[in-house]
Amino acid sequence: MSAILEEILAQALKELATVSDLNQLDKVRVHYLGKKGLFTLQLKELGNLDPEQRRSVGQIINQAKEQLQQQLEACKERMEEAALAARLASESIDVTLPGRGQSVAGLHPVTTTLRRISKIFASVGFTVVEGPEIEDDYHNFEALNIPAHHPARAMHDTFYFDAHTVLRTHTSPVQIRTMESEQPPLKVIAPGRVYRCDSDITHTPMFHQVEGFLVDTDVSFADLKGVIYEFLRAFFEKDIQVRFRPSYFPFTEPSAEVDIECVMCSGKGCRVCSQTGWLEVMGCGMIHPAVFKSVNIDSEKYSGFAFGMGVERLAMLRYGINDLRLFFENDLKFLEQFN
Amino acid sequence: MQISLAWLRSYVDPAINTDELVEQLTMAGLEIGSVEPAAAQFNGVVIGEVIAMQQHPDADRLRVCQVNVGTDEALQIVCGASNVRIGLKIPAALCGAVLPGDFKIKKSKLRGVESFGMLCSEKELGLAVDAHGLMELAADAPVGVDIRDYLSLNDVILEVDLTPNRADCLCAEGLAREIAILNKMNWAATEITNTPVTHQDSLAVSVADTTACPRYLGRLITGINANAITPLWMQERLRRSGIRSLGPLIDVTNYVLIELGQPLHVFDADKLTGNISVRWAKADESLSLLNNQVITLNTGSLVIADDLQVLALAGIMGGSETAVSDQTQSVFLECAFFAPLAIAGKARDFGLHTDSSHRFERGVDATLQSRAIERASQLIVEIAGGSVGPISEVTTKATLPTRLPILLRKQRILKTLGISLADDQVIDIFQRLGMAIETQTDGWLISPPGFRFDIAIEADLIEEIARIYGYNNLPSSSLLMRSELCTATEAMLDIDRIKDLMVDRGYQEAITYSFVDEDIQQAIAPEMDVIRLKNPISSELSVMRTTLWCGLLKAALYNTNRQQNRVRLFETGLRFIKTDDTTHQQKMLSGLALGDVYSEQWGEKSRKVDFFDIKADVQAIFSLTGCVAQFIPSPQPALHLGQSAKILSHDGETIGWLGMLHPVLEKKLGFDCPVFLFEMDQNLVLNKRIPVFKSLSKYPSVRRDLALIVKEDIAANDIINCVINSAEATLQDAKVFDIYRGKGVEDGSKSIALCLIFQNTTQTQTDSEIDAIISRLLTLLTEKLNAKLRD
Repeated sequence: MSAILEEILAQALKELATVSDLNQLDKVRVHYLGKKGLFTLQLKELGNLDPEQRRSVGQIINQAKEQLQQQLEACKERMEEAALAARLASESIDVTLPGRGQSVAGLHPVTTTLRRISKIFASVGFTVVEGPEIEDDYHNFEALNIPAHHPARAMHDTFYFDAHTVLRTHTSPVQIRTMESEQPPLKVIAPGRVYRCDSDITHTPMFHQVEGFLVDTDVSFADLKGVIYEFLRAFFEKDIQVRFRPSYFPFTEPSAEVDIECVMCSGKGCRVCSQTGWLEVMGCGMIHPAVFKSVNIDSEKYSGFAFGMGVERLAMLRYGINDLRLFFENDLKFLEQFN
Repeated sequence: MQISLAWLRSYVDPAINTDELVEQLTMAGLEIGSVEPAAAQFNGVVIGEVIAMQQHPDADRLRVCQVNVGTDEALQIVCGASNVRIGLKIPAALCGAVLPGDFKIKKSKLRGVESFGMLCSEKELGLAVDAHGLMELAADAPVGVDIRDYLSLNDVILEVDLTPNRADCLCAEGLAREIAILNKMNWAATEITNTPVTHQDSLAVSVADTTACPRYLGRLITGINANAITPLWMQERLRRSGIRSLGPLIDVTNYVLIELGQPLHVFDADKLTGNISVRWAKADESLSLLNNQVITLNTGSLVIADDLQVLALAGIMGGSETAVSDQTQSVFLECAFFAPLAIAGKARDFGLHTDSSHRFERGVDATLQSRAIERASQLIVEIAGGSVGPISEVTTKATLPTRLPILLRKQRILKTLGISLADDQVIDIFQRLGMAIETQTDGWLISPPGFRFDIAIEADLIEEIARIYGYNNLPSSSLLMRSELCTATEAMLDIDRIKDLMVDRGYQEAITYSFVDEDIQQAIAPEMDVIRLKNPISSELSVMRTTLWCGLLKAALYNTNRQQNRVRLFETGLRFIKTDDTTHQQKMLSGLALGDVYSEQWGEKSRKVDFFDIKADVQAIFSLTGCVAQFIPSPQPALHLGQSAKILSHDGETIGWLGMLHPVLEKKLGFDCPVFLFEMDQNLVLNKRIPVFKSLSKYPSVRRDLALIVKEDIAANDIINCVINSAEATLQDAKVFDIYRGKGVEDGSKSIALCLIFQNTTQTQTDSEIDAIISRLLTLLTEKLNAKLRD
């Protein structure tokens, strides 16, 4: 009995060793362990034995059967592992190839710069206001204390449609329009396109400005200085030197030009700053009483400051762009550098 | 304005170097644009005197000169200049001298005769672009002295960039005064002695408009030698102000202009007829100007005239017919104060801009004229001789600028500048500024001097305090402002969100000019009225865009011309349209795509962008706002007739357009592949639906697919709308998922596969219920659209 079993087991293990796939493995399993398998038949024959023998023989058969079963399991596991390994190998790809589908583009550097400026001012409660680009003479000049024939008009190189209609030469008319319709306190920035009839290496007939102004009961030049200092440091993310220089704008008094330490050479003097170490970045001042008068705001009660900056200029300094004209050629090779 | 620093230092000479002075002026609001040396680099040139001269034995044009250069022995120098003569004082470059352009002077032989140096012209010293012969120095020039010292060539020229309000500094005295104020020093104006009147001839002066000309002074100076040489010191100062020497008479008027800031004019008295009048021109009078331009005057031109004709454009430029020349023997010297408003803009009307108009437009000290005419008379007589006549003066006190005292309140200084200054500090500042100051209870009454015509109100005085105190010495405070909560408008999407979406979908943001080429504009939007610039910078930028497509197409071409075969651009900005004579400035959002749908890549088959790619991008925008937009086939002049959709809002308002650029335009503009465009009104696009919650159904949804045969002219949207408007309450969604043409579908028809989703919120729908719905829908589709179920 045990000799036969041993033979069957040996035969089964021998067959198992030659098995090369799960299919064959299953055939082996069925042949020995299936309903009609050799071990099953052996077990069935137990009924013919006396009860004493039945127990011991049964034990032997079950041991052999278990042994085979373990071998079968092990073999199956090996084969599954091999199959998985083969699958992984066959499915492996070059992960260095780029992903597929639509690529992401970018914003124009002027927009990026405008957004940063707006964000900085919005953080202290300035609201963004827009105004028309075709503007009337009154809002662009008269109300800003620039009467007809004022020498300051010569600095503006205005585009005209007719005697009373112009393309706005600055974003300052938004100041007038806002103060006409709203009462102080006011904290406003007005970004947008402006136009000057001038075109050469350093001038384009259209560019962008951000006008900002603040009107309240007790606003002084010290507040203006504070805001400008903080803005410029936030914009350049650097504790740069800032200086205020007396200047003249008809709509502010006192008026100042703001210079920052040259960001290209850190104030040592270079081509960009014409060796002065300083760069002019914006104009500002306390709102002129005549401007308040034109919008019926009592300049005895209220005071305010206004400032205006060129967006392209700030973008050029921030990103090291050396030619203003690139902004409006829309060359993808230029634009994509800011994505 | 350009000016010699040495000249300024001759008035007031603070113990600071040039850099410090430049910084000081700049920080006081008188920006110094540049500092240039007054002369090119050279050395070894001294004043020499020709003491003997012989003809060169072997060269007709050369002279052998003996030149006293202050040493024991005279130097022998060979010279070819035609004006060399005995007794002439000239700059002599000694052996070892280095002239501009690194030209080294060595002992040499000229045609066999030894020469120990070189006699120089202005050109050779870099003082002039051209020269005729040697530079002739004054007879009293000290022999042996270095020419750089003698002409103070170690000077610098300051370029002062003045703001329009500081015309008082458009002269040497004005700048000197400012330097003295900033350095707390005293200075003295040029002392002027009145030239004795030695004849009584005069011209009567009449002023027709005393508001335009509050003051006019004139006098005759006779017996002048117009060929006299302007002294070198004056020529040099003029040169350093960028003014060429044009003979003593013009030089003197220019000199007084730069010295005192008063424009003057000299007429050749012998060319005048009768008396002088200041009047408005008559229509169509003409005048030949000094620059040989002939202008036709109008009634808005203030002129100087005699009994016969117009002589000069007042305060701007004289006429050529009465101009002085080297034949001039007598002059009528004019010195006037014209009101800025009478001059402003007039020069520009004739395309002119002169030193005189520049000053009169900004303002001239109205108290200066009598001093200035005396100064000019004195200099003319000193240089060119002559006899001075009495001054004819017409002054109308009532129309002269009034200088009322201005009240400056202490509290206002604090309020504006954020500082409180001690009284004596304020008094000191205004006294230094030359202003009369009178103490009041809470402030001061301050009277500005005549030259500070820019000071008119309290704010002007506060600015002066800030300027003299120093802007950078003023305090700076941290922003402590009252704040309000901001609004968060949910029904309007922020345009930035859409810009970000466009970027994420591969569109590069462009910014193009708001004015465009009229031809392109006309081609793209022939139906639109354009708004035309009166003074465009070029014909390519002459009309305001009625669509952003003009700029985007141009930008796309710029890129396709530079080997870009895939362009995706978008822009936001205003378009300008005119309806019924009213200008509308409308905020738009536009996009353009051409070339491959994706940038070249290994993983996707290369495919050209088409209508539905760009439509997906547009629809993505609407998914941001949750608003339903409809796309209606509709012709648009710039777009392909069969690939053009009008975009409508839910309420049927036109939001914009989407489509393929018309093939004719595609070719005309120079594209070699289809271009897809969209443009929408920002305000309509940004309307956002605020979500309203609907409860979710617990019951399963059922999908049924229908394949319908319809005629080609039935749009997918017609079928969807028909189904959606069917009032079937449980219908949740209807989508087209396939279109088929070909075998089994007759020509002129198409098969549209529709997917319908049903769901009930209160119970599970049975098959028979759904079958009934489908049957009703089919009847409807057949009735309305003649659709048949595909077998």
